[in-house]
Amino acid sequence: MKNTKLIHVVDTTLRDGSHAVSHQFTAEQIAAIAGGLDAAGVEYIEVSHGDGLAGSSYNYGWALLSDEEMLRAAAGAIKNSNLTVLLLPGIGTQEDLEMAAHCGAKAVRVATHVTEADIGEQHIGMAKKLGMQAFGFLMMCHMAPPEKVVEQARLFESYGADFIYVADSAGAMLPEDVKARVGAVVEAVKVPVGFHAHNNLTMATANALAAVEAGAIFLDGACRGLGAGAGNAQTEALVGVLEKLGYQTGVDFYKIMDVAEDIVEPIMHRPQVVRNAPLMLGYAGVYSSFLLHTYRAAEKFNLDPRDILVELGRRRMVGGQEDMIVDVAYQLAHGKGGA
Amino acid sequence: MDKVKVAVIGPGNIGSDLMYKILRSRHLEMALMTGIIESEGIKRARGLGIKTSTAGVQAVLEDKDIKIVFDATGAKPHLQHAPLLKEAGKIAIDLTPAAVGPYVVPCVNLDQVKAEPNLNMVTCGGQATVPIVYAINRAAGARYAEIVACIASKSAGPGTRQNIDEFTQTTAKALTVVGGAQKGKAIIILNPAEPPIMMTNTVYVEVERPDEQAIRTSVEAMVKEIQSYVPGYQLRVPPLLDGNKVTTIIQVEGAGDFLPRYSGNLDIITSAAVAVAEKLAQKILAGEVAA
Repeated sequence: MKNTKLIHVVDTTLRDGSHAVSHQFTAEQIAAIAGGLDAAGVEYIEVSHGDGLAGSSYNYGWALLSDEEMLRAAAGAIKNSNLTVLLLPGIGTQEDLEMAAHCGAKAVRVATHVTEADIGEQHIGMAKKLGMQAFGFLMMCHMAPPEKVVEQARLFESYGADFIYVADSAGAMLPEDVKARVGAVVEAVKVPVGFHAHNNLTMATANALAAVEAGAIFLDGACRGLGAGAGNAQTEALVGVLEKLGYQTGVDFYKIMDVAEDIVEPIMHRPQVVRNAPLMLGYAGVYSSFLLHTYRAAEKFNLDPRDILVELGRRRMVGGQEDMIVDVAYQLAHGKGGA
Repeated sequence: MDKVKVAVIGPGNIGSDLMYKILRSRHLEMALMTGIIESEGIKRARGLGIKTSTAGVQAVLEDKDIKIVFDATGAKPHLQHAPLLKEAGKIAIDLTPAAVGPYVVPCVNLDQVKAEPNLNMVTCGGQATVPIVYAINRAAGARYAEIVACIASKSAGPGTRQNIDEFTQTTAKALTVVGGAQKGKAIIILNPAEPPIMMTNTVYVEVERPDEQAIRTSVEAMVKEIQSYVPGYQLRVPPLLDGNKVTTIIQVEGAGDFLPRYSGNLDIITSAAVAVAEKLAQKILAGEVAA
């Protein structure tokens, strides 16, 4: 039986993909990709430093452009899509959000660790005040049982979030894990639910479909999967797969393939394949953006990146704790092990 | 008189921890715990034989012998308390983000602290990281300082959670104003791991002169100074140089007075506040400060 349900696509090539190019997107690249995505009919285009507004730093890597320059480059190329930003409370602030709105951002994803939604209350409030669409975005959902994800999703809903996202930031979930969490959230909240996949265990597209089966109507993707760790679900593949299953996305399959192949692929620093370290991210349940920082620390301290990742997973580090990669590497190199 | 009378406004977790620290002080007398409702904290203070009140700041204003007042309420109440305390001639030590008075980080600028009517204790992250930035700045010149404070979820109360932007903004400002860096940035992360993690702070500084030995010596001396009032403060990773970038990681284990040991973030700010009060008390007792 054909399904005519609409799935809303959020493309995060210019945000999650920022990790894969060490936050070095140029204004021309941003304009070309945003313009291509817009013309292909993508509903939401996320543009930010990989770690969100104000993410440019020693801890997360310096961006080539300021947040404002990135947003202006994208806004100038977008006609119909919603320019979207990411904000991690504790890194970005309400002031940053005001700047983004001023640059033309129409939506914000307020992202917190899966147990900490309450640090996003003021930012959701500010988004609504600015007339933006607000997503409550729960990261690292593999670390919490479905009941906890539901409790936190309800908090975001109570603050006024228009949509709730379940994010598999470590690419650690299997389809059954996705269904359990997304399904429980869909039951519990009145607002639409979405899912953000990572491909560390090569499950990104399968997990995205599991989320849809469990009731999600928003999905994240990135062209060629460009993103942290082994990358995201591949937007052009998602569009094709959803179309085969009879879902509508409003995205032109040919055009999105062209954006991926003609615009995104030539600027990639490396193919987005599942090498051993990203595979270990998924296996150990570690935040995907730790990957490139881990490679650097492994080289500096002469360690196997996988050992660093396993230790980070054992310590239950959460998103944003990139600084602990050096801590772990230092302790491992000095034989202190699990400090 | 060999002790100076002090009061605590706000009998919550921070206020209760302050109370235990004040009870141990040689220079401070815990004269009053005041709140606005009957609470566990008020009962706890009463149980220790301390005078209590539910009349809030009014109870402090009525006792002319109280010289120093710790405010552990919130930014909004403190904005109301500050002018009243000033008018009554009392020194306020502000543990809220109101920042009415200048920032104080004991091992950096306590000696410069005069009898300001109002002193602000920055944030827990500021108390933990500003001294390191200051130590690196004096040895090598700090062009830019960035800190990442990681706190156990259980140790971040509703005040911090609902005003997380104030944490990042106030801490960043203190890195420059007190730490001496030309620019500052602060990041805070909450981690819910069980058992709760100890407070961990990473301090990145871009220096003008990457002299590893001078930086290490300065930082190690500073860590010893902090340990004199926060014994659980320690270097996890000593200053590591990568070009002009210096990375230092510290951990703060609490004293476990009232709060659990993982609440090093709260312990460091209450310890700092008491250290400031003791310094002021010694000045008052020596007659250097009109009281």
